[in-house]
Amino acid sequence: MAEEKVYDVLIIGGGPAGLTAALYAARSRLKAVVLERGMAGGQAATTHKIENYPGFPDGILGPDLGQALEQQATNFGAEFVQTEIEGVDLSGDLKTVKAYEGEYKGRTLILATGADPKKLGVKGEEELRGRGVSYCATCDGAFFKDQEVIVVGGGDAAVEEALFLTRFAKKVSIVHRRDQLRAAPVIQERAKANEKVAFIWDSVVDEIKGEKHVEGVVVKNVKTGETKTVPAAGIFIYVGLVPNTALLKGQVGMDPQGYILAGEDTMTSKPGVFAAGDCRKKPLRQVVTAVSDGAVAAMAATKNLEEE
Amino acid sequence: MANIFQVSDHDFELEVLNAHLPVLVDFWAPWCGPCKMVAPTVEAMAEEYEGRLKVCKLNVDDNPQTASAYGIMGIPTVAVFKNGEVVQKIVGAVPRETMKRKVEALL
Repeated sequence: MAEEKVYDVLIIGGGPAGLTAALYAARSRLKAVVLERGMAGGQAATTHKIENYPGFPDGILGPDLGQALEQQATNFGAEFVQTEIEGVDLSGDLKTVKAYEGEYKGRTLILATGADPKKLGVKGEEELRGRGVSYCATCDGAFFKDQEVIVVGGGDAAVEEALFLTRFAKKVSIVHRRDQLRAAPVIQERAKANEKVAFIWDSVVDEIKGEKHVEGVVVKNVKTGETKTVPAAGIFIYVGLVPNTALLKGQVGMDPQGYILAGEDTMTSKPGVFAAGDCRKKPLRQVVTAVSDGAVAAMAATKNLEEE
Repeated sequence: MANIFQVSDHDFELEVLNAHLPVLVDFWAPWCGPCKMVAPTVEAMAEEYEGRLKVCKLNVDDNPQTASAYGIMGIPTVAVFKNGEVVQKIVGAVPRETMKRKVEALL
């Protein structure tokens, strides 16, 4: 990219929040661009099926929702660029994003950077990544046909992905630190009714074992302190999220976990910079709350541009 | 645009194992989001090292034999082969600079 491009609304992140912001900005006839590192839809695109986004009574496949959101935004004139971001500078009137191929500048900036899966931080996790350790059941599930796998976590994502894995694996054991799940009751009911799903309650993972690939997982009961090794060829980790805000440290207000501090109006500590979706500090991180943030942020950006 | 070869179980030996140049193979599948993240990085390797590195893609969905022979249990995995042997395996979507550094060290 030789020439410098200046946008009215520069959006980092092409998940539901960023793409909805682009849709609203484009319909306001603003020049908008979405910078996305991977696939339209972000985390939603790595989810097999989304059943709690209103308007789709039979659910919608994650990648399909991502593509539809991108299509809808670009239909109205928003640009979508797949790129890698190396730095962000919020100090000037124009916000600058340094991407791999050049710089993008925005009169306003919407941060919709999302979040990544959190790691367990145990021995074997890093060493055996891609050799049985996974954070994406839809990507890697098919490699575990007729094998035993472990899913760690008790939330919606953990239990839904455990159910997805029963298509391939012969047994899926859910390891959860408490004695009940956090997942929505409708998902819990399905898991409990599935004969391939087993539960290891009150337990955490101590170590992932294996030479060339995962062979077993050392599980510790947090109540009794007892440990045992559960044989498994794969371990899928769904223990929460880490916001993708490392490049923004020191430039906008964040909480200690790195979530951007912005209220329902999506306004951050920097004028002209807005936060939408999973990277914002808020009580519920879902597609439906992400798209809501995206719309609010785009309107806030529009207002900001009018007042300039 | 540099050449990227689509390889399969059928021609893996010919195209990858018997190649004269070092070969980078991107093990991917259409349903995998992180694979889409790494695809442009792989294309960039083909451009950057044209004439020094052969770049191939293998769809693990259609070619399970090769994926299983090389112990691929997670995608995307990018493997570099030299004289028929795996000399580097990069698992997951990594930044371009990281892949460049790892690949360049082998050329």
